Amino acid sequence: MWIRGPYGTSPLRKGIHDMGTDIHADGGLSRRHHSETTLQVNGKPHTLTLDHRRVLLDVLREDLDLCGAKKGCDHGQCGACTVLVDGRRVNSCLLLAVSLDGCEVTTVEGLTADGEELHPLQRAFLDRDAFQCGYCTPGQICSALGAISEAAEGHPSHVTDPSVPSGRPVPLSRDEIRERLSGNLCRCGAYPRIAEAVEDVVR
Amino acid sequence: MKTFDYVRAASVEEAAEAYAARPGARYLGGGTNLVDLMKLGVERPAALVDLTRLPLDAVEELPDGSLRVGAMVRNSDLAALPAVRDRWPALSQAVLAGASGQLRNAATTGGNLLQRTRCPYFQDVTKPCNKREPGSGCGAREGVHRDHAVLGHSAQCVATHPSDMAVALAALDARVELYGVEGTREVAAADFHRLPGDRPDLDTEIRPGEIVTGVVLPASTAGRPSAYRKARDRASYAFALASVAAVVRVESGVVAQAGIAFGALAHRPWRARRAEGALVGAAPTDDAFEHAVDLELAAAEPLRDNAYKVPLARALALDVLTRLTASART
Ligand SMILES: Cc1cc2nc3c(=O)[nH]c(=O)nc-3n(C[C@H](O)[C@H](O)[C@H](O)COP(=O)(O)OP(=O)(O)OC[C@H]3O[C@@H](n4cnc5c(N)ncnc54)[C@H](O)[C@@H]3O)c2cc1C
Ligand code: SF4
Ligand code: FES
Ligand code: FES
Repeated sequence: MWIRGPYGTSPLRKGIHDMGTDIHADGGLSRRHHSETTLQVNGKPHTLTLDHRRVLLDVLREDLDLCGAKKGCDHGQCGACTVLVDGRRVNSCLLLAVSLDGCEVTTVEGLTADGEELHPLQRAFLDRDAFQCGYCTPGQICSALGAISEAAEGHPSHVTDPSVPSGRPVPLSRDEIRERLSGNLCRCGAYPRIAEAVEDVVR
Repeated sequence: MKTFDYVRAASVEEAAEAYAARPGARYLGGGTNLVDLMKLGVERPAALVDLTRLPLDAVEELPDGSLRVGAMVRNSDLAALPAVRDRWPALSQAVLAGASGQLRNAATTGGNLLQRTRCPYFQDVTKPCNKREPGSGCGAREGVHRDHAVLGHSAQCVATHPSDMAVALAALDARVELYGVEGTREVAAADFHRLPGDRPDLDTEIRPGEIVTGVVLPASTAGRPSAYRKARDRASYAFALASVAAVVRVESGVVAQAGIAFGALAHRPWRARRAEGALVGAAPTDDAFEHAVDLELAAAEPLRDNAYKVPLARALALDVLTRLTASART
């Protein structure tokens, strides 16, 4: 079955433990506001001492110089910050980085290895001219990548025909693509081209 | 955002102890609501107890034909479970009608139940709100309240509960499993959320420090025709203006079983007991459905700008009831 464990089931993950607090012999608790956190980003491990308040999006952009993921709304409402965590698309603006210790993160920069050709989705976005300003594009591409694997794993959507048997791959029609990418807004309104680009890749 | 301590517990017991030892602690699920509210300054926890690595991500078939879903099962996985799609389709449909693919991948079953209202005054710390700051007043009652409650509201608060999933759980007679330092208990999903009364700060029956460990979908509604329908301002990625979940069984030409719940009309999923009572034993005709739904919605007390919700909810309910009984009506 495709049900995955919680985030961070990779071997990199540290032993589950009380990360932020030292318990003293007298039983008193001393609060900590930082923790050492290891993130495997685009295949490379990074160990950072992070303020607990920091979200993954800010760590990627400010500490790791990966500015592909964008900050549109900072509240889960636009999808510009979409990246993949342990292979699943998520809004990096709402994920506390410390909670992802040991997880694998893939950003738009990591879709291909150094020096490689573009990823087929990137190629299709170029071929279809599926953007104007490009601000939403990294999020659109990461979201499309996640959506394609969800459909292949048999995840239904709001518009999935009930006659598609449970647990079987869902074919991605235009309506399916539009619904599954609804978490990614495009202020330039490039939606028709974005749907065409994704359709090119799944066909 | 205020600084906070962070604890990753290895067991449910340890999590509850860590919470009890830290005044001002909050549990962290997917964080899609809590982190948002922390950024807005609405939540200012002194510590977060992270539940996401607890072994609460299992889905178990129980011997009596019910299904137990762990509190850390992500919304997208819940909606995709063949057992849920085939036997409790209203639940899968409700989850898929909410939020976005990205948010459902992060959001947990427990966190979805406990998400806070989307009332804009609640989310804005510069505005009065009895739910966020008891005694400060209710900005919405005479203010912007197009999305607010038409049923069961109080002088203190007119907010709605935003979850789609919770509406399906209420209609399907699901149960919520809780763990606290005093032990475990179960609450019917339909009774888990409260009406605001004079304590709008309390959304649910959960006690301080308790953990939602899972939900149980009962055999009594398994395999019965069920569906969820939601009306919203855009076709996707928007909260409900009104919604309905229903499960209906027709036997020998009469309704033998009915569970109906409305969403986005009240401070909790609104279980339509009056409508159900009127339907059971009646033939599944248009007249019977209209009579039953009108009986329920007669209790509505719309605010200045949200009377539209009553006919909208009525139309949704009639559509769902008609579709669910189509084969028995011909
Ligand atoms: C842009 C946007 C659109 C959305 N649209 C919809 C929509 O259309 N329909 C809909 O239903 N929802 C919608 N949502 C809300 C979303 O479904 C919730 O944010 C999500 O389900 C919360 O789950 P979580 O695991 O992320 O909870 P968290 O944010 O981690 O937690 C929420 C609350 O529950 C507590 N908590 C979490 N888990 C437990 C537990 N096991 N035991 C005890 N306490 C716990 C936390 O302390 C917190 O108070 C939307 C959200 C966003 C940001
Ligand atoms: S409706 Fe409830 S949540 Fe909204 S402002 Fe009034 S008291 Fe606050
Ligand atoms: S920046 Fe994360 S959803 Fe908008
Ligand atoms: S291309 Fe400009 S926001 Fe999408």
